[in-house]
Amino acid sequence: MSVVIVIAGLLFGAGAVAALWRIIRGPSALDRIIASDVLIATAMCAVGAEMAINRHTDNLPVLLVLALFTVVGSVSVARFISTRDDT
Amino acid sequence: MSGDVIRDVFTAVLVLLSAFLCFAAGVGLIRFRDVLSRLHSSTKPQILGLMAIVADVVVANPSVATITLALAIVFFQSLTAPIAAHMLGRAAFRTDHFRRDILVVDEVSPLSGSSRSHSSDE
Repeated sequence: MSVVIVIAGLLFGAGAVAALWRIIRGPSALDRIIASDVLIATAMCAVGAEMAINRHTDNLPVLLVLALFTVVGSVSVARFISTRDDT
Repeated sequence: MSGDVIRDVFTAVLVLLSAFLCFAAGVGLIRFRDVLSRLHSSTKPQILGLMAIVADVVVANPSVATITLALAIVFFQSLTAPIAAHMLGRAAFRTDHFRRDILVVDEVSPLSGSSRSHSSDE
């Protein structure tokens, strides 16, 4: 089981670092908002993996709130980029 | 005892599936060339990775409250993630943040051409 934890941690970390690199280097604001969505999804999956491995359910409301409210940032950025093109 | 082993194997497989999907999304974000293909890779961990990990939490400790919250999480995520992806794809198309030379088929340009000429009179 510890081998699984190490491999999953490495994969989650690599995905998060790749998303962070795209947030920093993204040529447009749309790339950055997509990469931040991926970063949030990776964080949600990591929190859920920790819950599943340690057999508790303390952080399920965190996942519910993230699933409800991460759409707000993406939709608002997409709306304002559609009307103003500067990148 | 064997049921515990089966549950551990199931937990490990689902955690590894979700971690691999997050890693694949990161690789896709780096390797793909324009906004629309990066959008394609970014929607994998949002739905399938989260469904795997939530099923994993339910398997790890099954109860009525956990199953209810898990169903709510999957429902709201599968309700909001396509909305965000659709809005981002539409914004990318309208502001030309995609490469037409690697586009296979374009069904939107003949439609949005008329609406764009209609809305550019503002």
